[in-house]
Amino acid sequence: MHIPDGFIDLPTSAAFAAIAAAGVAVSIRGSKSALDEKTAPLAGLTATFIFAVQMLNFPVAAGTSGHLLGAALAAVLIGPYAATLAITIVLILQALLFADGGLSALGLSIFNMSLLAVWFGYGVFLMIKKIMPKKKISISIAAAIAALLSVPAAAAGFVLQYAIGANATFSISAVFTAMIGTHFLIGIGEAVITFFAVGAVLASRSDLVYGYKNETAKLEIRTN
Amino acid sequence: MKQKTFLISGFIASLFLAGIVSFYASSNPDGLEKVAEDIGFIETAKDHKNSDGLFADYGVKGVENSRLSTGAAGVIGVIATGAISTGFFLLIRRKSGEKNKT
Repeated sequence: MHIPDGFIDLPTSAAFAAIAAAGVAVSIRGSKSALDEKTAPLAGLTATFIFAVQMLNFPVAAGTSGHLLGAALAAVLIGPYAATLAITIVLILQALLFADGGLSALGLSIFNMSLLAVWFGYGVFLMIKKIMPKKKISISIAAAIAALLSVPAAAAGFVLQYAIGANATFSISAVFTAMIGTHFLIGIGEAVITFFAVGAVLASRSDLVYGYKNETAKLEIRTN
Repeated sequence: MKQKTFLISGFIASLFLAGIVSFYASSNPDGLEKVAEDIGFIETAKDHKNSDGLFADYGVKGVENSRLSTGAAGVIGVIATGAISTGFFLLIRRKSGEKNKT
């Protein structure tokens, strides 16, 4: 869902770039409590893994492909603040090194994927986790459902940007229907990958998983 | 699993995915691109400013073999993302002496 230059006009892009910058600044402060000498390298690995898996487009429906977004995965593994930063680093490198995602559209993409998808996904994760039995498998299931819904959430972000500042005049409701439908399908792939990736980390180093830490640790983190 | 083993396994898995598996990725347009084509606003897209860059579109310029070109770009991307993100997160982390504000 990397937005190329030109889809959205420059004033709208600039406004979203400002929101994205503010979100990143808040996340740098917010992530501090979740990052120590053990979890900071995990955050680096999470960004690296997301970069790698984002290269793996899988086919969905006729003539369309999708790839992992990684927002819910990152939020569960390293917490929402660090997740915002991890996805942002990936998006910046993709735009600068690999010409994937327009430079003027970077703020739009960061808003959709690093902020909206991460926080929406994390919210869904917390809600599902609350109603599930306290087991490791519940964490993977909650992460997968969060992943499924985080992709259409990011797509809805694009529709909002399209509605505000598209350089085209096609109907917003047509864009909305097509974006949400397609990205719900991509979300299914997202859910499968997230389920297994979270499961793999839980199996090997559950102590590092932010979304699995005990209540006391979570209280510490929340109050910061 | 030891922290070091865990991190190295994750890094090797990422190198494998970006360096080798990436060649088999679908080259169909992604969700947004497809929607833009179907509805028609794909016309408003502009070429990327770095579209002639060394690694543009996940390939290494001048490398004809697409398996090699994609793989090398993936490996470079994994190393760059790994180095930059890990360095950044280590830089902003809570230092060991620093108390977790509660």
